[in-house]
Amino acid sequence: MRYLLRRLLALIPTLFFASIIVFASMRMIPGDVIDLMLAQNDISTGQDRARLEAALGLDQPIVSQYFSWAGKALQGDLGRSLWKNTPVTEQLLERLPITFELGFLALLIALAVALPVGIYSAIRQDTAGDYVARSFSLLMLAIPGFLLGTVVMIYPSVWWRWSPALEYTPFMVDPLQNLSHMLVPATLLGLSISAVTMRMTRTMMLEVMRQDYIRTARAKGVGELTIVLRHALRNGLIPVVTLVGLQAPLLLGGTVIFEQIFVVPGMGILLLDAVSQRDYPVISGVFLVVGVAILLINLLVDLSYGWLDPKVRKQ
Amino acid sequence: MTAIAAKAASARPARRGLVITFALKLWREKRLGAVGGILFLLFLVCGIFAQWLAPYGINETNLAYRLTPPSLAFPFGTDHLGRDMLSRVLMGAQLSMLVGFLAAGLATVISVVLGLASGYFGGKVDMLIQRMVDAWMTFPDLVLLVVVISIVGAGIVQIVVVLGLLYGIAGSRIVRGAVISAREQMYIHAAQSIGGGTFYILWRHVLPNIMPVVIVLFTTRIGAVILSEAALSFLGLGVPPPAPTWGGMLSGAGRTYMYVGPWLAVAPGLCLTIVVYSVNVFGDALRDQLDPRMKGSR
Repeated sequence: MRYLLRRLLALIPTLFFASIIVFASMRMIPGDVIDLMLAQNDISTGQDRARLEAALGLDQPIVSQYFSWAGKALQGDLGRSLWKNTPVTEQLLERLPITFELGFLALLIALAVALPVGIYSAIRQDTAGDYVARSFSLLMLAIPGFLLGTVVMIYPSVWWRWSPALEYTPFMVDPLQNLSHMLVPATLLGLSISAVTMRMTRTMMLEVMRQDYIRTARAKGVGELTIVLRHALRNGLIPVVTLVGLQAPLLLGGTVIFEQIFVVPGMGILLLDAVSQRDYPVISGVFLVVGVAILLINLLVDLSYGWLDPKVRKQ
Repeated sequence: MTAIAAKAASARPARRGLVITFALKLWREKRLGAVGGILFLLFLVCGIFAQWLAPYGINETNLAYRLTPPSLAFPFGTDHLGRDMLSRVLMGAQLSMLVGFLAAGLATVISVVLGLASGYFGGKVDMLIQRMVDAWMTFPDLVLLVVVISIVGAGIVQIVVVLGLLYGIAGSRIVRGAVISAREQMYIHAAQSIGGGTFYILWRHVLPNIMPVVIVLFTTRIGAVILSEAALSFLGLGVPPPAPTWGGMLSGAGRTYMYVGPWLAVAPGLCLTIVVYSVNVFGDALRDQLDPRMKGSR
């Protein structure tokens, strides 16, 4: 309980600075929001300008502007889209689950690939299989996600007349249709994420397998499979859990690219569309939500770390 | 005694000799890393001399030869406007290298300044800087880049500054760690006790000691920066067309023609992958040689 409290307290300054980054980015917009709004509504008299400024609270000192913005944001009010004139929160809530589904699927695939291969690589160190696995992970680190996506879009269609599905169906409407669309981008994103996890798993397992208690287990005559699964894995996987948290930014950043290539209408596309339409409230909304989501994921990871590793809990 | 004298003598050969000795050692002990370094140098040379190496002008359109498959006249084929892909890829190397070196250089300077301040002074300064770094690193690189570019606009200067800031702030953590362990060394305490000024100590004693970390940081950042620039150009937020960026060649406009000319993706994609791969393995080898403590960290 004390551990939980301490973690929550440590979150506050980070959240504060992160919100300042988002707020500052909104205030650095070229020209200003008023010009943009006036330009879009084709009315621009001096009176309108002053009225709008007062309505948006832009005539107030910057510090109180920040607090009124942060207060509204805490209540889920992120302003309205300049383009569609709907609340930003509404748009975000519509897109958020889609991105999370993609990210979650990708994470599952990444772990399903990285853990077995990483463990195999460690217990068969310096064999041909180990080299193949390591070269693969190095290669995946170097191939950019958008190249992978482009290649999968182009070549199967040129060679075999097969191309990935590009039509989004909500999960609730038709789960199978939805998964068949999401599977290709999720696999690619998962593979590109798996490289780091694989390397980490291998390193950790190598370290654990050299420890005394493993030798003790071997001396007792415990089978190799049991040693790996029951003794080594428990210790070796703890740092890997942290890594999954560290990869949350990579995962959410990667969705931007893959959503764009495979036309998945998530937050990434929302962000890119908002950027091309210069819809700044939406941009900063996505910015804030992504940051908060990652902070929360890392909090969960930290908590599970304490739960998995008694050494951390006792400290 | 003689051993010490010999060691002292061998530790101080001419500077160029040192680099060559190090390169030979790298070749012997870390073959893959050395090959990566050579490949990277090759791309660097191609980039520097791209103007002279390119057989055609990069924006020289020739509609009679549009979407020509690779041939002797056009080794990498031509694109939908009949522009020679080899020439464009070569100039793309120049752009990537330019952005890579400038942004990685800027990032390293920022990392060193922040890391020194945070690590050497400690206390409240450290606390404040680290919380800000935390907040900054909360956002995914790509999202941060897209948001900032949407504000400052696309262009080569903007890209360099933004990438430099992004990786500079993130990298300050690594420098900070190195500074903290250097700070507690005896010679630093000695320098402090004889009344050395803070900047003198930082410049003359701390900085030279964290140089291995800084060199490795710079090298690995080049790969990361090149990759990020390509991703931004792919999204249409990098260096604006018709500049021949590798990321841009793989993006939307080019992609529609790839179904007809699949070779369009090959050259820029391969170049990007090879450059990043070679600089990564070179950086890894450099890290193992220069700074064993950082081994395995990534």
